[in-house]
Amino acid sequence: MSQTDQYEAVASGSKSEIASFEDTRKGFVGRFHHALHTTPALVPLIVLVAAIIIFGLLLGSKFFSPFALTLILQQVQIVGIVAAAQSLVILTAGIDLSVGAIAVISSVVMGQFTFRYGLPVEISIACGLAFGTAIGALNGWLVAAMKLPPFIVTLGMWQIVLASNFLYSANETIRSQDIAANAPLLQLLGAKFKIGGAVFTVGVIFMLCLVLILAYVLRHTAWGRHVYAVGDDPEAAELSGVNVKGTLISVYAIAGLICAFAGWALIGRIGSVSPTSGQLLNIESITAVVIGGISLFGGRGSILGTFFGALIVGVFTLGLRLLGADAQWTFLLIGALIIAAVAVDQWIRKVAA
Amino acid sequence: MEPILKARGLVKRYGKVTALDHCDFDLMPGEILAVIGDNGAGKSSLIKAVSGAVTPDEGTVTLEGQEVRFSSPIEAREAGIETVYQTLAMSPALSIADNMFMGRELRRPGWRGRYLRQLDRPAMEKFARDKLTELGLMTIQNINQAVETLSGGQRQGVAVARAAAFGSKVIILDEPTAALGVKESRKVLELIQDVKSRGIPIILISHNMPHVFELADRIHVHRLGKRLCVIDPKDYTMSDAVAFMTGAKEAPQAA
Ligand SMILES: Nc1ncnc2c1ncn2[C@@H]1O[C@H](COP(=O)(O)OP(=O)(O)O)[C@@H](O)[C@H]1O
Ligand SMILES: [Mg+2]
Repeated sequence: MSQTDQYEAVASGSKSEIASFEDTRKGFVGRFHHALHTTPALVPLIVLVAAIIIFGLLLGSKFFSPFALTLILQQVQIVGIVAAAQSLVILTAGIDLSVGAIAVISSVVMGQFTFRYGLPVEISIACGLAFGTAIGALNGWLVAAMKLPPFIVTLGMWQIVLASNFLYSANETIRSQDIAANAPLLQLLGAKFKIGGAVFTVGVIFMLCLVLILAYVLRHTAWGRHVYAVGDDPEAAELSGVNVKGTLISVYAIAGLICAFAGWALIGRIGSVSPTSGQLLNIESITAVVIGGISLFGGRGSILGTFFGALIVGVFTLGLRLLGADAQWTFLLIGALIIAAVAVDQWIRKVAA
Repeated sequence: MEPILKARGLVKRYGKVTALDHCDFDLMPGEILAVIGDNGAGKSSLIKAVSGAVTPDEGTVTLEGQEVRFSSPIEAREAGIETVYQTLAMSPALSIADNMFMGRELRRPGWRGRYLRQLDRPAMEKFARDKLTELGLMTIQNINQAVETLSGGQRQGVAVARAAAFGSKVIILDEPTAALGVKESRKVLELIQDVKSRGIPIILISHNMPHVFELADRIHVHRLGKRLCVIDPKDYTMSDAVAFMTGAKEAPQAA
């Protein structure tokens, strides 16, 4: 015992040095790595700006104009909204394959409740939003309470919701003219307005507000911190006092609500209510999230990154089309970007560089 | 004197493994109770059962004379029991301040807190910084650093500081010095003394016999999922204690 006391006594002689920890990762790479670690949206932002510059140089004012740049916003608005929902889910280390199906069935509910049952359009829209939220909450309950893997739950839900969508709507499209004449509120998010050469839609503004609100909530509220903690390590979160189950269910429910809004925006974009629309939204939203630098392992990344990810896809799509390239080039490049983004994520996660 | 925290006949099974086998437990007010035992003896299971992290299959837990049935660590925390789990229970990607306040975040005063539910970052950071400075573990600029960028010892320091800062009735430390260097261990031991001097009883699980014998008022020897005996460190040597917990020596009768 006396021996023990001696070595500790020696150590306690130098108390003042305890506090320091040095940053051993010096140099540019180290600092860049650190910056990425603290600001994960940086990579997609750099890629986005670079892509805009490159296409701007290649195409000149055909691309680098308020009209073309806001056209990109219009083209990505639906995916952008759905990708925001997808981001929340993926931050909890989950995945939601049913996002597109929820968006479509919500739009069908909004349309059919108005035209089939003659409900006031405001009520129908509220019903559509509530319906999307309910499906999301059911997803969340199956994941959180029944402890089923999110991939399986939402794979099943995708099929169920899509089939219900076709059965309920009888595969019937509500025509754009009928909506414009009888229930224009359904097309609200498609309404356009101009500022100079720039063309915006209500849906674009909605997407921008949604991204900003979610960025605030995730960063500056307890709930947002809990979303990250649950995605990071659910057991640790539970032990340190987070209501893991409640957080998960609320995340999936809010994702469902956001998808229902995307369904509403979808009516605005295509004009009609079509049960066959939005089929690729799940894959496209996951693409935006991954390119945006959110880790599929959960707990890392930011909603702004997803927004940049969606824009990157939009810039590539429009830029390559204006260049007259085969559309397959877009898919090829997006595919390469996905793989590159995951590689960067792995690098960022390596803390001890 | 009545125990502040008492358990009787706790049973916890994980499938075929019986982690707790009709285990009794007593923590007296104001004392440091060390819990020692071999790996797998069920020490962590015991403290998880009294801190709400697992629900025991059988048995009762009593806090200040009232029977309690915690269904989550949140409930135990609200009752004033604060625990540093062996796994530390921290979110690696989040900051030190976020981790210290996980599940009990402070909101800004006024409308920004009430309507925007905005976190009071400055207050949380100041509090975290103060607590870590007390423990002598951190320099000031590091409070927003992600926990994963800390060393094992520093993480443990943060977890201990969190428990010490918030525990009001009982503080439980599951191997709090296991990953610590000599100096950091010394700081944690001082902190434990400090908490004790505030009148808060502590349960200390440790494999470090010198630490146990230095700090503990009583030693609970755990073996094969139950309390083998409780000894006074003044009456026995470290070798005796190790002999009891490994079964090399018969336990004394007066438990
Ligand atoms: N979550 C769990 N699932 C299955 N077995 C477990 C679990 N937790 C603990 N055990 C088992 O219970 C026994 C006691 O473990 P534990 O309480 O961690 O012991 P100690 O902390 O004394 O080393 C061990 O045999 C361990 O393998
Ligand atoms: Mg243990």
